[in-house]
Amino acid sequence: MIESDAFVQALQDIGVDFFTGVPDSILGGIIAELMERRLYTPAVREDEAVAMAAGAYMSGKVPAVLMQNSGLGTSLNALISLNVIYCQPCLLIVSWRGYQGKDAPEHLVMGEVLPQFLDTMKIPHRTLSEKTASDDLKWLAETIMKQRIPVALLITKGVVRGLHP
Amino acid sequence: MRPEQGTMQSRAMAMAALLELLTDQPVIICNGFPSREAYKIADRPTHFYMIGSMGSASAIGLGVALAKPKKQVVIFDGDGNVLMGMGTLATVGALKPKNFIHVVFDNEVYGSTGNQPTISNVVPLEKVAKAAGYVNVERVREREDLVYEFKDMLKKDGPSMLLVKVNEMVEDVGRVMLDPPDITKRFMNAIK
Repeated sequence: MIESDAFVQALQDIGVDFFTGVPDSILGGIIAELMERRLYTPAVREDEAVAMAAGAYMSGKVPAVLMQNSGLGTSLNALISLNVIYCQPCLLIVSWRGYQGKDAPEHLVMGEVLPQFLDTMKIPHRTLSEKTASDDLKWLAETIMKQRIPVALLITKGVVRGLHP
Repeated sequence: MRPEQGTMQSRAMAMAALLELLTDQPVIICNGFPSREAYKIADRPTHFYMIGSMGSASAIGLGVALAKPKKQVVIFDGDGNVLMGMGTLATVGALKPKNFIHVVFDNEVYGSTGNQPTISNVVPLEKVAKAAGYVNVERVREREDLVYEFKDMLKKDGPSMLLVKVNEMVEDVGRVMLDPPDITKRFMNAIK
């Protein structure tokens, strides 16, 4: 399991310096670490977080938005009509609820279609694993800066330490 | 009667009066006619014109305000936009960025889609902002009050909301003739 502080440090090391989002339990440890480092600005909706990140990007920051995969539905219009059209990169750190069909009912549909959903939106994505973590982050940094669009890092339960292990 | 009885000023007139008072402040302008009018009245590289993502103007402005605390950030918004992204009033009210001036041109209609009514005739948006934690809020109708209050807000710590009641009149304007990626680049360079 990846420790939350190591994960946050790795994001800072690739240059990410503005963090916002809406919490999910899988992301609880990461958000707690970000708050301890005074790096996290809480948003009330995922599309608000995406728009805030866009403003921060245009002000010279490298932004990341944390959200549950259901939040991708909420942010769809902002991601397409703002980030994609205006060529504004954003790192999406998305918890994959409903992964392999094991979760509460509200997560099962989005959990099943998540990769196809991102493919349809032409948002490049990878699923984080402990083995490939440094490679995954390197790929993220290269892809957001080269393509100037949102890129998603999917996180399944138990890969990064949460609040309640 | 819609809009608020006695409102004579158009949004373009109000916007022109405010743009005269601004120099190099970043201005985020919401989608629809407001962006097109601002582009025609005074196009500046410090303007970020939205063409989509309705409801997001204040959140984009908040991101700029947080990342650039020494720059005063102005948002030109509409009633339909604020109603769509009303949660952001709470985020702004809670975070209290001092450099955040939120101007809402309230004509009580979705003007870009055919003047369908919004609900801002019965929901006073400046009171919602005040309740959410904005520090200064004003509601104005006349041009001289608008200019007076805006000048005052430029001198004060925010977040501030200036709600301007305007009529439904729309300028004869074309689309913003800039490619969105160029708007991004130009704005980024201008506010460095």
